Amino acid sequence: MKKSHILAIVVIGIAIAIMISTAGDTSSYVNFTEAKNMAVKNSSDVKVHVVGTLKKDAQGQVMDIYPSPDKLSFSFILLDDQNTPQEVYYNEPMPADFQRSEQVVIIGSYQKDVFVADKILLKCPSKYQEKEIKAS
Amino acid sequence: MIHTFVGDLGHFFVIFSFVSALIAAFAYFKASVSQDFALQEQWRNNGRIAFGIHTISVFGIVICLFSIIYNHYFEYHYAWSHSSTRLPAQYMISCFWEGQEGSFLLWLFWHAILGIVLIFTSRQWENKVMTIVSLVQAFLASMILGIVIPLINFKIGSSPFILLRDAISAPIFTMQPNFIPEDGNGLNPLLQNYWMVIHPPVLFLGFATTLVPFAFCIAGLWEGKYKEWIKPTLPWSLFSAAILGLGVLMGGYWAYETLNFGGYWNWDPVENAVYVPWLILVASIHSMIIYKNSETALKSSIILVISTFILILYSTFLTRSGILGNASVHSFTDLGLSGQLLVYLLFFTLIAIIIAKVKWKHIPSSDKEVSTYSREFWVFIGITILCLMGFQVLLPTSIPVYNALVESFGFVSNVAPPADQIGFYTKFQLWFSIAIALLSGTAQFFWWKKIDKSTLINNLKTPVILTLLITAIVIAIAGIRNPTYMLLMVSGIYSIVSNGNILIRTLKVNPKLSGGSIAHIGVALMLIGILASSGYSKVVSLNNTGLLISKEADAEFNNENLLLFLNEPRIMAGYDITYRGDFVEDRDHGIFINKNDIHLTKDTYQVIAKTSISYGEFEYYQENDTIEIAPENTYYKIEYLDGDSNLFTLYPRAQVNEAMGLLASPDIKRNLGKDLYTHVSSIPDPDEPKEWTELAETEVAVNANFFVNDYVATLTNMERIEQVEGVNLSPEDVAVKATIKVQGETRDYFIQPIFVIKEGLVGRIPDEIPDLGIKINVLNIHPEKGTISLGYSTTQKSWIVMKALEKPLINVLWIGTLILMLGFSIAIYRRYREFKSA
Repeated sequence: MKKSHILAIVVIGIAIAIMISTAGDTSSYVNFTEAKNMAVKNSSDVKVHVVGTLKKDAQGQVMDIYPSPDKLSFSFILLDDQNTPQEVYYNEPMPADFQRSEQVVIIGSYQKDVFVADKILLKCPSKYQEKEIKAS
Repeated sequence: MIHTFVGDLGHFFVIFSFVSALIAAFAYFKASVSQDFALQEQWRNNGRIAFGIHTISVFGIVICLFSIIYNHYFEYHYAWSHSSTRLPAQYMISCFWEGQEGSFLLWLFWHAILGIVLIFTSRQWENKVMTIVSLVQAFLASMILGIVIPLINFKIGSSPFILLRDAISAPIFTMQPNFIPEDGNGLNPLLQNYWMVIHPPVLFLGFATTLVPFAFCIAGLWEGKYKEWIKPTLPWSLFSAAILGLGVLMGGYWAYETLNFGGYWNWDPVENAVYVPWLILVASIHSMIIYKNSETALKSSIILVISTFILILYSTFLTRSGILGNASVHSFTDLGLSGQLLVYLLFFTLIAIIIAKVKWKHIPSSDKEVSTYSREFWVFIGITILCLMGFQVLLPTSIPVYNALVESFGFVSNVAPPADQIGFYTKFQLWFSIAIALLSGTAQFFWWKKIDKSTLINNLKTPVILTLLITAIVIAIAGIRNPTYMLLMVSGIYSIVSNGNILIRTLKVNPKLSGGSIAHIGVALMLIGILASSGYSKVVSLNNTGLLISKEADAEFNNENLLLFLNEPRIMAGYDITYRGDFVEDRDHGIFINKNDIHLTKDTYQVIAKTSISYGEFEYYQENDTIEIAPENTYYKIEYLDGDSNLFTLYPRAQVNEAMGLLASPDIKRNLGKDLYTHVSSIPDPDEPKEWTELAETEVAVNANFFVNDYVATLTNMERIEQVEGVNLSPEDVAVKATIKVQGETRDYFIQPIFVIKEGLVGRIPDEIPDLGIKINVLNIHPEKGTISLGYSTTQKSWIVMKALEKPLINVLWIGTLILMLGFSIAIYRRYREFKSA
């Protein structure tokens, strides 16, 4: 066997190992019902991604955001793609632009009845609808 | 008045640059395929003229867009959304690349300049190389074309010259079509940083230069010059790797200085999208060097050079099509260009694959078995590892693409990237780095095929012994216990020692050849710097008072942060630290001004000095001078006194965002061995009303002392003033300003409450000293006794919660970067000389 063949086999082996490891470490996008089922089934806390929107009232104002008194953490209600509301707790100050985001991705897991987010990603509206013009 | 001319001119230049790029591509193509020498010459001249016009048009676009931003033409969407009247001139340049259109423009600009350089330097390669460059330019120009094809109603590109009223449908425009907003939205304050002025152009120059090796490679395949293309390509590839690497590290440095996550690299998809092409680019350089020395690895060079450029296109697609939307912290806006970007990516991928496929059997390759004792064998292993590193990062970064692909076939895919990115990537990249360091140290010892086992052992003996010796000392001193970290440390030190050994030898023989060993020393230093600063970063602001900072916060927050009250020293990591108050930055001189020394005005950008403000001997402002400030930033002055009575001051910054976010930026004390990295993690909420004690009264005469909250105070002056901010005074009205000096622990403060009698009614304008938590009101004036009645109340003193981290040896990372750049520069010089002499 030529050395280059051995090398090729080793490389393929490492590549497969990388793929398997990646597949094992990936998280998944789920809704709250699925996330809850996963939390019940697996005692270890599996981190998942949930995509949702903030709860808004009829006037389009964001509602149900509860910052802690010292503003170091906050809780809010997120509606997932099934419109299931869920209380989410985030142990960081509220990110800038949070209330303006049209979509919120939270990464974390259930702790009892509260979804604890380790990370929040915001999708801000496309700039063509984004800001209001102040007419003065 | 809407300035339509400059926008129309700009748009005209965009269209012109697109058309001229197409013409240039066509002309150069004709020159490439024509057999007749005279005809070739003619077409080449046409191509040059067209590309020249293209370059002028690109410059025209830049000038038009800049004049729109510079002159604050807020009727244009670009100026309105990225700039504002208050934006300092140097950051107006940054407006260019805050928007996507502008960053395409920057890219276009670099390609145009590179094209001109190539016209002058590429000699017999010009026709084919410039065909590719012009074609790429046509694609890029189409991204900002902003025209809608009639009938099918298909929009090509997004123009930066679009008017606000066309971009946004606001009710105001139906009533007033010519409405122009008075001010723009401004530039994101985090981007108002000098690194953000230079990092994007450098990064984009790095992107742009990857086109040149690609163009030479395709030209070589096209013309059947399967080997000759390497000579002109190599200096360009080295240049590209140096610039791209520098651009990436500048971004990391900006993140370290400006964001408060305490690091320089976060494995975010957007960062990965540049890291992977850089790895492959470096691999391609090694492959070409092997080829130059041993006639092997030609095919791998071709594959790697093409892959680098395709990966740059792929990363452009990833970051700009909006496909990463749910995976990245950088929120990208989708301009509706994803289709166009995909066509761009696929077009050049297919061209490259087809040409390579057709010509593949003609490419010479050597069937000789490489010796295990040859350098090319070990360098090739290194190339393989670089590719695997890239593959390991690319695979999960592309997860959103798989989802989109699967969904386009009607299935559902819900795979998300790994939740713990840093842990996930580190566990592989760490081992690959160890291998790279070991290989870069060893491969240099194999002179081409001339070495056998015993010579090798002889050569390696000294470096290995030296390495083990140094490592033993380092591990003992630093107290490294983690076995993986130990291995990385050993391999890093080994790479430095053995490359240092080679360096000394080459410097004696021929200093021009030293680029490789210098670059490898740089990489090894970077690895050690990364290991130390990330692996051994330590929180030093440990709360050992036993008191909780906040009941709501978790244990980690309470343990790793310090609550500092104003002027009350605390001990932290061998320092006496004291919080000395809140400061704003003066925009004219860049000095910090204590918030106690200024009055706010209605215009948040302007404040008035309460007292003379000086630093050292120099008096910057006198009393009542108006000062321009940047109101969004507050700087918290923290004094550090070490055991040897050395004093230094840090000013970590915070922006309190409208949406209630606290954007904290660190301030860093840079020491040789370690950085002290501090940022505030909590401040009093500026919107929450302060709780004041009940008003206490006292009656004082001018120059008499009295006590306010245990501080000695003196009424120094009473004067009648003609103007009061926010009050219209008529000649009959009276306004009196009292000036009271309060002696604080460290300095004197002035407080200036105002007493107004307007139309027979009394008005009182209190003043406060935030540092001391005192507010004073003039309650009444008794001219008959020559005294006044003052009312004062007190509140809690200012406080901040701060966090400090020690980052050991982070300077080794930055020094390593500079050494790497030096190595690249020497190599570029050498390879360019080789090309010139050819």
